Amino acid sequence: MKINLKKLLRFTRTKRINRSTAGNIFLFILLALFGVFSAYPLIMTASNAFKSLDELFLFPPRLFPRNITLDNFRDLSELMENSWIPFSRYFFNTILITTLGTAGHVLIASMCAYPLAKYKFPGRNLIFTLVVYSLMFAPQVTATPNYIIVSRIGLIDNPAAIILPAIASSLGLYLMKQFMQQIPMELIESAKIDGASEYRIFFTIVMPLVKPAWLTLIILLFQRLWTTDGGAFIFSEEYKPVSYALRQIAQGTIERAGTIAAVSFIMMIVPVTFFILSQSRIVETFSHSGMK
Amino acid sequence: MQTNTIDIKRLTKRQLLWKEVKKNKHNYVLMAPYVILFMTFTVIPVFMSLGISFTYFNLLEPPRFIGLDNYMKLALEDEVFIIAIKNTLILAVVTGPISYLLAFVFAWLINELGPKLRAFMTLVFYAPSISGNAFLMWLLIFSGDIHGYLNAFLIRFGITDNPILWLKNPEYMMFVIIIVQLWLSLGVSFLAFIAGLQSVDKTLYEAGAIDGIKNRWQELWFITLPSMKPQLLFGAVMQITTSLAIAEVSMQLVGFPSVQYAGHTIVTHLIDYGSTRFDLGYASAIATILFLIMMTANLVVRAILRKVGE
Repeated sequence: MKINLKKLLRFTRTKRINRSTAGNIFLFILLALFGVFSAYPLIMTASNAFKSLDELFLFPPRLFPRNITLDNFRDLSELMENSWIPFSRYFFNTILITTLGTAGHVLIASMCAYPLAKYKFPGRNLIFTLVVYSLMFAPQVTATPNYIIVSRIGLIDNPAAIILPAIASSLGLYLMKQFMQQIPMELIESAKIDGASEYRIFFTIVMPLVKPAWLTLIILLFQRLWTTDGGAFIFSEEYKPVSYALRQIAQGTIERAGTIAAVSFIMMIVPVTFFILSQSRIVETFSHSGMK
Repeated sequence: MQTNTIDIKRLTKRQLLWKEVKKNKHNYVLMAPYVILFMTFTVIPVFMSLGISFTYFNLLEPPRFIGLDNYMKLALEDEVFIIAIKNTLILAVVTGPISYLLAFVFAWLINELGPKLRAFMTLVFYAPSISGNAFLMWLLIFSGDIHGYLNAFLIRFGITDNPILWLKNPEYMMFVIIIVQLWLSLGVSFLAFIAGLQSVDKTLYEAGAIDGIKNRWQELWFITLPSMKPQLLFGAVMQITTSLAIAEVSMQLVGFPSVQYAGHTIVTHLIDYGSTRFDLGYASAIATILFLIMMTANLVVRAILRKVGE
């Protein structure tokens, strides 16, 4: 324990002023305790996916499986092949919804964020105020009218019923607009002098500059769409996303515990890996998230 | 060319506005797709919800105006709704401030670490909120039989003899929801705080040390917090909205409906009437009340936070 602490302390920035050792030790213990609380369920999710059934129900549960096995994944793929709808279909639906939704969101929210961030024109303040207010209530508030609207447009049982509202997510627009505000106006002006049209400026100058914000918009919407179960919007089995199927499996008997662990692991590892790869740029975006 | 020479003073207000709009045509074109979707799926629904809340509507027959009946029923007859409000407020009052504090405290502690360890700890704390269904692991931890991790642990160490029905006993449900919700709560605002802390002007700390700031707590209070006010406001909005909308965790862990409605919230009540019973008028009345609670909470807290330190 002592060695570990020393090691940890060595990682701290030595140059910080006003730091007492006692305080450091206390705060690190706090950090370590909550770190364990935070990581434990995730580590267990990952490790259970690679455990055999007898090891799954062992107490105390092993943090790391002794016999690493891919049985659970094999069971899962068997289940996929034998189910009424091929399981790969559920995955395909989820991937389709997630890809189109996030790509559409990044593009369309950025297109809207650019004028809001860089120009003054009639209606600008109204739109932005509405967006900020919409951050103040959860999407569940509008679930019922959304259902009515979607059914009137005729999008029930169509992936677009999930994709279109997601594209208009307001958190992404808000963050993108805040991030775009730091683009120097001179850059845009000089491109204009060179004869570039507004649209060209947006696609060739602004969009490449805000790549860190893309990643942020992607991770925020990605996790929402990746776990969607289709709700009331999609009722045909062949259009249901994987999260729905997971729930069906989870309602099965205890022998399915391994398969559930395998699916949970797959569902978890994709967004987490994405975050690991893009963390620094995502954090950079949030430094502009401030509100007045 | 001719139009440009017209004296601007002779244009009416409306013509001026029209000129402005025309000049900014490209801006409107760029914004159009988002604004149309945003209006369709966010702004219009808020007003629709209000309108439908005064009707009886089951999607099959046209809505029938019934005045304030839905609201009267909510206030006077629906005992489950009273439970839902109580639970929602308890969950919000507990998880809202605690999660906000945790997000800030951990962001602040992580900021003291070197870059590699900082990135790692950011991942550790942020990962739960993006891990999809991984929170279902808590079903195993809180499972009511002797195989549940927590029960097995408590029995092994002699703290209890019989397994506790964490997910079925109304006494423990709220506790379970709070723990899992807190586990999930280091999300967007946590990242905003980390970013905010990194962008505080470092020379302020040096200047502060010269001016007599003695320890990290004073530094936090006098320098760090005031410099981060915009992020703190943003984080507050995120945490308030989330903490008032708790539903998924409750439904997945303690069931829907939960035993004696002990884990029922306004949002699960809304889902019950909207998606299960198809009483859309009633669901809309619930949604309108939820909307008002969320807006009030946000605007009040925002007004208070803005005043702090001024």
